[in-house]
Amino acid sequence: MTKVTPLDTAVDPHSADTGVLLDVRDLEVEFRMRSGTVKAANRVSYQVDKGETLAIVGESGSGKTVSAQAIMGIIDSPPGFVTGGEILFRGKDLLKMEEKERRQIRGDRISMIFQDALTALNPVFTVGWQISEMFQKHRGMSKSEGYKRAIELMNLVKIPSAAERVNAYPHEFSGGMRQRVMIAMAIALDPDVLIADEPTTALDVTVQAQIMGLLADLQQQTGMGLILITHDLGVVAEVADKVSVMYAAEIVETADIRELYRHPYHPYTEGLMRSLVRPDHKGGRLSPIKGSPPDLLHIPSGCPFHPRCDYVQDVCRTDDPPLREILEGRTSACHFAEVFSND
Amino acid sequence: MTSYIIRRVGQFVLVFFAATFLIFSMVFAIPGDPIRALAGEKPMPDSLRQTLVQRYHLDEPYIVQYWYYVTGVLQGDLGESFNQRPVLDIIKERFPRTLRLAIYAFIIEMVIGVTAGVWAGIRKDKFLDSLVKVSTVAVISIPIFVLGFMAQLFIGVRLGWLPVTAGNPPSLYGYLLPAIVLAAVSLAYVARLTRSSVVENLRSDYVRTAKAKGLSRRRVIGVHTFRNSLIPVITFLAIDLGALMGGAIITETIFNVPGIGQALYQSVLGQEGAVVVGIVTLLVIIYAVANLVVDVMYAVLDPRIRYD
Ligand SMILES: Nc1ncnc2c1ncn2[C@@H]1O[C@H](COP(=O)(O)OP(=O)(O)OP(=O)(O)O)[C@@H](O)[C@H]1O
Ligand code: SF4
Ligand SMILES: [Mg+2]
Repeated sequence: MTKVTPLDTAVDPHSADTGVLLDVRDLEVEFRMRSGTVKAANRVSYQVDKGETLAIVGESGSGKTVSAQAIMGIIDSPPGFVTGGEILFRGKDLLKMEEKERRQIRGDRISMIFQDALTALNPVFTVGWQISEMFQKHRGMSKSEGYKRAIELMNLVKIPSAAERVNAYPHEFSGGMRQRVMIAMAIALDPDVLIADEPTTALDVTVQAQIMGLLADLQQQTGMGLILITHDLGVVAEVADKVSVMYAAEIVETADIRELYRHPYHPYTEGLMRSLVRPDHKGGRLSPIKGSPPDLLHIPSGCPFHPRCDYVQDVCRTDDPPLREILEGRTSACHFAEVFSND
Repeated sequence: MTSYIIRRVGQFVLVFFAATFLIFSMVFAIPGDPIRALAGEKPMPDSLRQTLVQRYHLDEPYIVQYWYYVTGVLQGDLGESFNQRPVLDIIKERFPRTLRLAIYAFIIEMVIGVTAGVWAGIRKDKFLDSLVKVSTVAVISIPIFVLGFMAQLFIGVRLGWLPVTAGNPPSLYGYLLPAIVLAAVSLAYVARLTRSSVVENLRSDYVRTAKAKGLSRRRVIGVHTFRNSLIPVITFLAIDLGALMGGAIITETIFNVPGIGQALYQSVLGQEGAVVVGIVTLLVIIYAVANLVVDVMYAVLDPRIRYD
């Protein structure tokens, strides 16, 4: 993939594209705590374009949420700090913006939905109030206008009898409906990029499929870029265009989803695919990756995956392989990626 | 919501009967001669004794006695003191002063406690936070009478900033020192409770959502954090308004405030059974009403508990 580097940093955010919609480059995030400094995002790079869905996949604690929070600018700070890299949105670096300018993008041009809608929605305000707040605060609409739009949005995300339920509180909804409220709130202002952080993990399987379907539909209608964070590669098979795989705070592989499925270029990706729950094998995973993900305070030397890797060589224990372009549009952070690409 | 309130009112009625029954039993049903207890050390002529036996229905079964007593309370008849002054009169004279003292203390506690708590909470681990933490531990661990005497000695006598006693009738100025002392302990609790509640809510998922919505910091804290953080604080404050009046016994005695606490103290010393019962009944009712108000308010503030 050839990247166009926008030179003009003063582009109008609403003008036609001069490059990738959202371009994260070498992002570094640290958490400085008494027990030590954790690097929760290490040289993280990924791109999302208009109408594109990027899935970010990785085990728990690999830094998926942290990198998304860095894009939103909502990392708990202290202890968390963005210590390096760039986050280019329509060519402008979010990290260099004044807080006021950044706040106008947050929730408006780039928005985020969270894993557990029960705790992510404020328990003491009605859902209508919470959706309407977006219109009132970002668009200066009146309360009644805001509620009218809230009802329209609740209809759009297919919440039954929206007009009556607009005055209900989050705890009065089922898990799936609550996540729809969350989605309605996030797409209220028609954002360019939507980040969905494990939006279906807290839901049961049939509802999961409905929510994924809803997100895919909305993306079709609006043409927004979608970043879909998940720890389950299987969930994204039908909706994602590209996948970035994260391990121990780093991106270890990025590829087109079909290419990735056909042929992973990193042993960790291969392991994730082998551990998928196959629909034809009832229950149970085929073979989970041996061992467990590293504690980020004690990342192994060399390739962080080496203690769990089936293909480990001596060089892996000493040299950390950088993320390299193997084929066009495909990157891998394994010393032997070419070997995988040839067989 | 309505059924919730009805249920709470029902509980209030139960508490009222249970508490008055207990008070009644403790003072009037203690072993020995209740008339003697009522009269204290003074000698008693037989004729008066007869009148008293009849007035208190002492020749009737215990439960009937309680019934007479409780219907009297419900009609506003709290009995008479030994020198035949209606207890209600004593309360009417004394109670407004206690109420004022408690309200002043309450205002001090609420304004300073909540402000300090919120401030410390949003500046977690900074200097002010530590100051609130340390000073609240200090205040909580000192008994209130020590605190009272210390305040009298330093602020009243050495520095001479405020009067040492309240005066009779007390002036607004005179109320200030006892109100500060009465508020001190609860204020410390309010500050700590507010602080921990704010800290906890600032970490919550929905505050993160509020930030992700692109709201200003002021709105994230003032609207999305504040209301949730205040739920436990308001609960405590409302219960405490009742407790403040009970706590006034010590403070009123130290600062010589002629309120209901002092009257209670004096009537215990003077073995004025009827007065003790009357005042304690009143305090119990206030306490129970405060609890009722808390429960209803809690339901208004936190929609999640309305439908339990
Ligand atoms: N608020 C925080 N304070 C301290 N450390 C944090 C904080 N948030 C994240 N971290 C660190 O960053 C690491 C990555 O966390 P992150 O939430 O990004 O993982 P994740 O990939 O989203 O995992 P999961 O699938 O469990 O959501 C954590 O293991 C932790 O060490
Ligand atoms: S670099 Fe070595 S240890 Fe790391 S994934 Fe590749 S083969 Fe495995
Ligand atoms: Mg996460």
